[in-house]
Amino acid sequence: MLSIKRLTKRFDNFTALLDVSLEVNNGEFVCLLGPSGCGKTSLLRLAAGLDTPTEGELFLDGKKIEGVNKECGFVFQEYVLFPWRTAKGNIEFGPEIRGVQKDERERISQHYIDLVGLKGFENHYPHELSGGMKQRVGIARAYANNPKLLLMDEPFGALDAQTRNIMQGELLRIWEKEHISVLFVTHSVDEAVYLADRVIVMSAHPGTVKEIFEVKILRPRVRTGPEANAMRDLILKSLGTEIKKAAGLK
Amino acid sequence: MKRPELEKILGVGLLLVIWEITARSKILFFLGIIKMEALAFPPTIPSVAAAFYQDIMNGTMTLSIGYSIMHLLIGLVLAVLLGVPLGVLTGWSRRAEYIIDPVIQIMRPIPPLAWIPIAIMMLGLTHQAAGFIIFIGAFFPVLVNTYSGVRGIDPRLVEMAKTLGATDMQVLTKVVLPYSMPMMTAGIRISLGVGWMCVVAAEMFGVSTYGLGYKIPYYGNILMYNYVFAYMLTLGLIGYIMDTMFKRLESWKLRWRETI
Repeated sequence: MLSIKRLTKRFDNFTALLDVSLEVNNGEFVCLLGPSGCGKTSLLRLAAGLDTPTEGELFLDGKKIEGVNKECGFVFQEYVLFPWRTAKGNIEFGPEIRGVQKDERERISQHYIDLVGLKGFENHYPHELSGGMKQRVGIARAYANNPKLLLMDEPFGALDAQTRNIMQGELLRIWEKEHISVLFVTHSVDEAVYLADRVIVMSAHPGTVKEIFEVKILRPRVRTGPEANAMRDLILKSLGTEIKKAAGLK
Repeated sequence: MKRPELEKILGVGLLLVIWEITARSKILFFLGIIKMEALAFPPTIPSVAAAFYQDIMNGTMTLSIGYSIMHLLIGLVLAVLLGVPLGVLTGWSRRAEYIIDPVIQIMRPIPPLAWIPIAIMMLGLTHQAAGFIIFIGAFFPVLVNTYSGVRGIDPRLVEMAKTLGATDMQVLTKVVLPYSMPMMTAGIRISLGVGWMCVVAAEMFGVSTYGLGYKIPYYGNILMYNYVFAYMLTLGLIGYIMDTMFKRLESWKLRWRETI
């Protein structure tokens, strides 16, 4: 379980996050939604231990996060694959770093290659893969390291709409199998409603938690079903005022 | 161009024809550029070929090639052994850069030729002294390229490696070094070329009586210009072959790059 307690992050001339508290329960899928500048990415970076909070604390399974959090898997929008490693080499990076023996590494990478649907592409270098395929590698790499928490920063933001839908479905399928908590940043209300157990709407300048929505729609969810539409409406209303505020409109 | 091979042959052929005409017509003498007709400058192609054949047969050419490659290797290996770690250090640590950079910037413009007295003083007339001169020429491209490669690293790759559990040492060996490998390799390739160009400077002061760089001024001094040409062409040809071989190796080793 990730618990964030009264977190504030200030940079030189602005406050990215102000007094943010939230929890991600074990196995839960949580989406962070908000206008640009609401500190979503800052929050993920703090959870990954890549930045240090100005005030407040973060705990993962009761252990305070100090220094780089090596028990989380980070997935970036821009994939951030190691270009000199093949798909398989990327997936094996974490286990290799931790000194896992070669046979075991093979077994792990094979498992995740199958799971994310990369069979036949194991030995391709990143530049030989499409965006969707690259992100499959990114996700498999994060899972292969056996994290307690997955942090995803708009992972499908660079993909075209169709690939994006497919990848959302794939991610849910993997998440249901592996059941690791996910904290997922997105701009898209549709995406949040389709994926999340809970949607956290944030407001900007400074970034705070505005409202939390429980999405109790049964999976597999119908993207255009009445329940999804109703939920989308609710969230859009909450978000709408934020977006206007962020854009400087009344 | 569909058949660049044809154009290449054409270019070389044209050069040979112009050369031979210039030689046979003795035009440089008639124009007053060469004072003595007996100098036979430029030498004709057959006379250069004969010189080449002569020195291959008596072993002078082969030994000279061997010695020059040895001097090159001494300098190049030393340049890589010192340039890569120093480049990584200055690329990785700002403080190291601040300390080392001014020294490097002052040393860099000093041409390898200027180091000859120091090489003789420190190492005497030895192969190491020749290697040292080549090292001076080859060192800076390796250093500067390694530095740029390391400095240009995508910080997100480093962060990714860290969240995956990498220690600082592992970040260096598993991320920084492979990431900067293309730049480093490009630097070594430049060094190979520059180092080879330094062969004349490295051998002209007489560390041995063989060596392509020794033989060129030697034959020049006794006015045997067909030999000078034979050695110059050998120098050029071997440089070209080495560069081509290195390029092949590079594009195979670094096939993970997006643009080749």
